Amino acid sequence: MNGESRAERRRRLLVVAVPYLWLALFFLAPFLIVLKLSFAEVVLARPPFTPLIELLDEAGNLYLQVRLNIGNYLLLFSDDLYLRSYLNSLRIALVSTAITLAIGYPMAYAMARAPERARALLLMLVILPFWTSFLIRVYAWIGILKNEGLLNAALTGIGLIDEPLVILNTDWGVYIGIVYSYLPFMVLPLYASLEKMDLTLLEAAADLGSPPWKSFWSVTVPLSLPGILAGCLLVFIPAMGEFVIPDLLGGSETVMIGKTLWAEFFNNRDWPLASAIAVILLLLLVVPIVLFQRQQAARGSEFGK
Amino acid sequence: MSARGGLSPFSVTALTLGFAFLYLPIVILVIFSFNESRLVTVWAGFSTRWYVALFQNQQIIDAAMVTLRVALLSSTLATILGTLAGLALARFARFRGRTLFTGMIYAPLVMPEVITGLSLLLLFVSLDWDRGYWTVTLAHATFSMAYVAVIVQSRLVGFDRSLEEAAMDLGAPPLKTFLVVTLPLIAPALLAGWLLAFTLSLDDLVIASFTSGPGATTLPMRIYSQVRLGVTPEINAVSTILIAIVAIGVSVATLTQKRQLVRRRREEALARRT
Repeated sequence: MNGESRAERRRRLLVVAVPYLWLALFFLAPFLIVLKLSFAEVVLARPPFTPLIELLDEAGNLYLQVRLNIGNYLLLFSDDLYLRSYLNSLRIALVSTAITLAIGYPMAYAMARAPERARALLLMLVILPFWTSFLIRVYAWIGILKNEGLLNAALTGIGLIDEPLVILNTDWGVYIGIVYSYLPFMVLPLYASLEKMDLTLLEAAADLGSPPWKSFWSVTVPLSLPGILAGCLLVFIPAMGEFVIPDLLGGSETVMIGKTLWAEFFNNRDWPLASAIAVILLLLLVVPIVLFQRQQAARGSEFGK
Repeated sequence: MSARGGLSPFSVTALTLGFAFLYLPIVILVIFSFNESRLVTVWAGFSTRWYVALFQNQQIIDAAMVTLRVALLSSTLATILGTLAGLALARFARFRGRTLFTGMIYAPLVMPEVITGLSLLLLFVSLDWDRGYWTVTLAHATFSMAYVAVIVQSRLVGFDRSLEEAAMDLGAPPLKTFLVVTLPLIAPALLAGWLLAFTLSLDDLVIASFTSGPGATTLPMRIYSQVRLGVTPEINAVSTILIAIVAIGVSVATLTQKRQLVRRRREEALARRT
């Protein structure tokens, strides 16, 4: 018995250790390097940053020099561009999350109340766009939203507008892009929580004289709160750092932090500043990410019962 | 009872509008890949000239080959690592550092890609690894293994452990039990996870841009640099081919799963009768 449990323990260790070490090396350690680099200075070299710790030999005396540059962080809080990028990202992510919820909730509700035979198909239809390329789906909107694009052609064609609507290269383009790309992430958790809802609760409310809209607000919505939270987090967190959508659908006015980080890294080759931007972004996202993890972990153990 | 009946007019409207929103852009994209005209908004007749042009575009073909190699290897790696991680999550309720472990599994699912990309690049630079095909592959395997882990975990949680116990009672060693009993039962989850990891890798622009090097330009990187110059029907054609590949892959996977389910039900029914 004892020998078997030792073998069992060894197997366990193997199953846990391999992915654990992998993630520690390729997911956790890189964050520490980003943190470290955010205190470095940019130089014209390969790699383009200064070391933090150096062993100096001055006239026979050895010095271990630690040089932390806080200039990157000072710049982030003093230069208008970075502040605006963070605030813009926050605003755009919040607004898009709200719009996605407003569109996703009715869809998820309708799916959850659909006849059982139809549900698998509807679910499949929501998941399928998620499988097609993100870049391609964003690209598809350029042709639709352009001034001389399909949407404007259609709207002027039916005589609804005379002047083309300017949507591409504005905040509205970004909203549409985010809502479109992340809608499945909103619908799926909402559907999961609405589908397992006990419908007899609604019958009970109706029997007690509650009108349907009131039952909806006081029974359905509170019961679907976990789904609402999960969906909103799944949209909000990635939207905060989004690069592709503001780059392709937003204009030069639409500064978002993901785009700014990209520009610092690729155009200005300022790796330390890009790292500092990433650190602050991560700090802003710590609370939502921890919330998300708690919820996922809770869901996992709920299934386990 | 009424709530369980057919679809209400409200539901029909919500679903019609929602799915139109989700699918119209893709449908339009596919239609205009067959457009004779270079203009992407004016229909000038059916033509496959953009597909012909595509197959003569060596840059695109090279990028597609790189992407395919990266996707095949990284999704296989991600499936192995993700399966182990999923097993650990589902089977071992308590081990040292479990909180950190679950954190590292769930965080990549929502982590903004610019952060993942930048941090992995800095790791590769500080390890002094040459950036290229291998670094992109490792990066993709890392972020997609989290998706595989979650899929495998949810499959394992609804899993009848008595089958494993029966095999062990009959004297099968643990590894054999795993290979003969557990693995076939979670195979659909592995397939789904592999496919998802494959498409995530096929799709990724941001992380690849950070972690790639000379000679390892992936298809999304190539598409992105062309898109920045403007919308061209050639990109529509590439997109259509990618969409077709994914659609075929997903339908094959769904059909196999369905067939397996039907077969299992039939076998179960048979077992009950005898």
